[in-house]
Amino acid sequence: MSIYINDKTRVLVQGITGNQGSFHTGQMLKYGTNIVGGVSPGKGGQEVEGVPVYNTVFEAVENEQAEASILFIPAPFAKDAALEALAAGIKILVLIPEHIPLQDAMDIMAQAKRHEAVVVGPNTFGLVSSGACKIGIMPNQYFVPGPVGVVSRSGTLCYEIVGHLTESKIGTTTVVGLGGDRVVGLDFIDVLEQFEKDPETKTVVLVGEIGGSAEEEAAAYIKSSMSKPVVAYLAGKSAPPGKRMGHAGAIIERGRGTFESKVEALNAAGVDVADLPGKVPELVKTKLA
Amino acid sequence: MKLYEHLGKELFARYGITVPAGRVIENAGQAAEAASELGEVVIKSQVLTGKRGKAGGISFASSPEEAEAEAEKIFKMELGGFTADKLLVEEKIQIEQEIYLALTVDGTVRKPVVLASLDGGMDVEDVPEDRMIRWPVDVTVGMQGYMVREICRQMGVKGDLQKEFLKLLPKLYKMFRENDAELAEINPLALTPQGLVAADAKVTIDDDALYRHKELPRIKEKTALELKAEELDLAYVELDGEIAVMANGAGITMATLDMVQHYGGSPANFLDFGGGANIEKTSQALELLLGTNPKVLLINIFGGITRCDVVAEAFVRVRESKGIDLPVSFRLVGTNEAEGREILEKVGIKAFNSMDEAVSHAVELLNAS
Repeated sequence: MSIYINDKTRVLVQGITGNQGSFHTGQMLKYGTNIVGGVSPGKGGQEVEGVPVYNTVFEAVENEQAEASILFIPAPFAKDAALEALAAGIKILVLIPEHIPLQDAMDIMAQAKRHEAVVVGPNTFGLVSSGACKIGIMPNQYFVPGPVGVVSRSGTLCYEIVGHLTESKIGTTTVVGLGGDRVVGLDFIDVLEQFEKDPETKTVVLVGEIGGSAEEEAAAYIKSSMSKPVVAYLAGKSAPPGKRMGHAGAIIERGRGTFESKVEALNAAGVDVADLPGKVPELVKTKLA
Repeated sequence: MKLYEHLGKELFARYGITVPAGRVIENAGQAAEAASELGEVVIKSQVLTGKRGKAGGISFASSPEEAEAEAEKIFKMELGGFTADKLLVEEKIQIEQEIYLALTVDGTVRKPVVLASLDGGMDVEDVPEDRMIRWPVDVTVGMQGYMVREICRQMGVKGDLQKEFLKLLPKLYKMFRENDAELAEINPLALTPQGLVAADAKVTIDDDALYRHKELPRIKEKTALELKAEELDLAYVELDGEIAVMANGAGITMATLDMVQHYGGSPANFLDFGGGANIEKTSQALELLLGTNPKVLLINIFGGITRCDVVAEAFVRVRESKGIDLPVSFRLVGTNEAEGREILEKVGIKAFNSMDEAVSHAVELLNAS
């Protein structure tokens, strides 16, 4: 079992003929993802890595019954492509690009809600149900099946932590990257709800960072509604207030979003917070035992 | 990108929001001219720092001579590390009540949100939560009259003042959406005998949307290094420690800084050179770091979309062209790791496998220096 996606999920790649699009199509196919088509306006009829290319998402959905789509489209054109996917009936939309304007992101999320679709990102590495389906750009070798669900706001840091788990022979059910922007689709609570329901997931790892209140809200949800153990790691302990640490959302403003407030909220919800990324596997092992 | 007050007010005025009559001046002499036209005036330094008023950047004058003298003082004043090139001279308005009104983005609900309070004028963080009305706006519906009436009911606003809000809020919302604002704040929004007047303007435009706002000026109130980093499209923050840090990805860069501190060192900066950077960009990022004269260089690479060989190649290139004579601790794993390690070994550097080893080694190097 896994959440959101599995080996049957029919995946489309928007922007498949670009550098990133074609490279990651190859990587996802190697991982075993069921990629059924690509979209690149004006390039219909071509093939990339043996995958048929269509001119529009509607055409691809008609011919290939695609259910999910991943976007490799430059930020200024991402809104158009995302709205096209939603209008054509795509139910899982993964937005890889960074620098999508905030107002565009809000427009996309409002339409996704209307179409009852799930949006992952923007500014995400995507999501993977280990061993079954990867819709994203993460390095294949670290994502092996096992009992731990992982949800993260950041990319490379999530690889680091999943890498530590893999090294300790602990695999993952599903790993979800929420994205580093201020407005993103899935949030911690959405994913925690799914992990709570998923019989294969025994323990959850939450990778958060300073800024905003997402970790505090997740803590409240864990306290009220989760029976499964959760382990966390949070980045930004040493970050000074008022400085944006790379991610649009990673900033301590007006005394809110501090490391201390997040640790306190998570601890109060019974979540152990690892003080180093490498300490996550030990904590997970105590929960799995 | 934060806009200076006078630019924010120009935007407001273009959308029909009332602002005080005023002139933007570039020398003290122009303050006298402005005051002779406007009468009693307020003179405001055009810098981006908050707390401008408390620091002395705002002054009042009742004659042209006084205005010139005050302007001269404010031009010389350093506020938040910057002196103003321009001042805003405005007619003094008669304020009966100070209100707080803003539109910003609420990531939790993924919508624009109206913030409104009758406790205006003070620092917004000092307004008690229960006195601040929050109203998220569905972008597919836009700002409607019923929303304004409900916000007014919750604030306890009725009659003529509610009518003023019904005119003002749709204009502010339109300006916010059409200009890709992240924040449009009016504090105070002044109630005067002539109605509501925006006595201040704090407008922040989304950097990611600047490409479609060619009409807006580009404001660069930043240090030289921050400007350089911006030019190179690097996420860079200056800190006051001794170990220069470069990593790929915002989260892992933050975690690297935390770990430096955990092992007893102090980071000199935050530098995320992003995913998938080429040799050119990676070299430029390295050169920027070396320009800050750190004591130790720490590079932490977990290659996914970023290729280890590219980072190693860039490092060797900069080492050969500029010389890197400070101690270096390198961590290199992920995509094309073997190729990257080979390149580094040729110049006598053995990269670490784990972040822990690399960071603790960097701190040892610092202690030995």
